[in-house]
Amino acid sequence: MSLTKTERAIIVSMWGKISTQADTIGTETLERLFLSYPQTKTYFPHFDLHAGSAQLRAHGSKVVAALGDAVKNIDNITGALAKLSELHAYILRVDPVNFKLLSHCLLVTVAARFPADFTAEAHAAWDKFMSVVSSVLTEKYR
Amino acid sequence: MVHFTAEEKAIIMSLWGKVNIEEAGGEALGRLLVVYPWTQRFFDTFGNLSSASAIMGNPKVKAHGKKVLTSFGEAVKNMDNLKGAFAKLSELHCDKLHVDPENFKLLGNVMVIILATHFGKEFTPDVQAAWQKLVSGVATALAHKYH
Repeated sequence: MSLTKTERAIIVSMWGKISTQADTIGTETLERLFLSYPQTKTYFPHFDLHAGSAQLRAHGSKVVAALGDAVKNIDNITGALAKLSELHAYILRVDPVNFKLLSHCLLVTVAARFPADFTAEAHAAWDKFMSVVSSVLTEKYR
Repeated sequence: MVHFTAEEKAIIMSLWGKVNIEEAGGEALGRLLVVYPWTQRFFDTFGNLSSASAIMGNPKVKAHGKKVLTSFGEAVKNMDNLKGAFAKLSELHCDKLHVDPENFKLLGNVMVIILATHFGKEFTPDVQAAWQKLVSGVATALAHKYH
């Protein structure tokens, strides 16, 4: 599965807007993840997960920054996320099912903040993009 | 069995009261068919589904979307007994429609995203969590009678 030219254009163009709220979007995505899917908290026993926690904010920023890297290198997401792919495979070992959950929460966050931009076509492009990112991150699992 | 707190019920009913069922139904089904094109397999008789705009403007999609979301309204009225409320529909989806229950999860998540676009800031993480519980409960209820 690879992104069409149109899909890439949609992602890159929307990222311009998204990046202006990168940090809060990252934090909100994680808040949504932990509230809707409490089992995901099992990966963060070492974190203070209360709303407004500095760790939550830092981690949210990290996640969104990584997505930004993928967007900036949208023609070679595999290359852009190679190190993260190894990290997830050998160190973090987050069960693959959780990538769908995080992706969904990011889409909900973006949809709530940019409803006019989040058309059906944009929704499809973003869902596919997150699916590609998830595949890259789980590529080395076994 | 999924259990809703009084707060979750209030959150769900309050939002549901503001939803335009006809519009949201068409939007939900349309987006399902656009974002997950393989779901079009159930709708061979619906005519033109060749592009996102064709799908979103398709009158059969809109009509059927309205039907689906109206039925979802039954879930909101029967949160304490989703399995009972959807027993007949579950049999229908298994025996007559032959729909893989995975599709109920896909549609549920599309609905959540549509609620996010409609309600924006109001669709807080708490509100989303309550709705995820509901769409998940409905998906389970619809799969319950499968055999």
